[in-house]
Amino acid sequence: MSIVLLAARVDLEHVLIVGAVLFAIGLYVALSKRNAVAVLMGIELMLNAVNLTFIAFARFVESPRPLDGHVFVIFVITVAAAEAAVALALAVAVYRHRETIDVGKISLLRW
Amino acid sequence: MTVAQGIFYLIAALAVAGGLGVVLARNTVYAALFLILALLAVAGIYILLASEFLALVQVLIYAGAITVLLLFALMLTRVGDLEETMVGAQWPLAVVASILLVGLLITTIATSDWPGDADGMITRIPFETLGEALFRQWAVPFEIASLVLLIALVGAIVLARDEEGDVEEAE
Repeated sequence: MSIVLLAARVDLEHVLIVGAVLFAIGLYVALSKRNAVAVLMGIELMLNAVNLTFIAFARFVESPRPLDGHVFVIFVITVAAAEAAVALALAVAVYRHRETIDVGKISLLRW
Repeated sequence: MTVAQGIFYLIAALAVAGGLGVVLARNTVYAALFLILALLAVAGIYILLASEFLALVQVLIYAGAITVLLLFALMLTRVGDLEETMVGAQWPLAVVASILLVGLLITTIATSDWPGDADGMITRIPFETLGEALFRQWAVPFEIASLVLLIALVGAIVLARDEEGDVEEAE
């Protein structure tokens, strides 16, 4: 109960700004890093920022269906876990064949 | 400034610091550890927003499982040889894109009005309600999600399987 009362005084905008900053950091990591695993870290950060925004809206904005945001976040986490497993398996497989996971050097499909 | 706001700013600063750590760490393993910090801080914000279940899920799946997976991938791919060139040549473009995006998002956030503020009537969502919604109203997406996980699991095993193992089996 006390947690709920405390939460009443955190502003929606502030949570949204944290989400926006985390998303931008994740975008920079995903775009700039050369290690494929680090690129995946950026993607995870972006997914987290989106989840945070979902929860902020579910919590602060009045809605006839207050549960939907939470359920959506659960599905996002599920898909993110599946995506992480497949992407890391891909990184390991690429490393085995090419001896590198530098995304700048994996350019077989480049024309 | 209330206590809750103080806690929120502290946790938010931790989250952003973790994110910056991922950006600035010279070693990818350290970047993964900073990522754990950022993910745990996000779990803290979930608790402040009265979503305990998601905070638990966040700690278990993100901070636990996914980062362990990341560290295993780093171990299997021996990242040490990349340290000097962590960032590709396109990094200035990435900086510009990120700063433009964060500017755009913050401007949008600052100038928008959202209908209805639920502040006065906070409904805490118990685990049972969430589970019931998941298994009744969202039963079909839930089953599809389980299929997605199964396929991802099989796909990950097929992709990461060691071909040398096949040779040994053939022999």
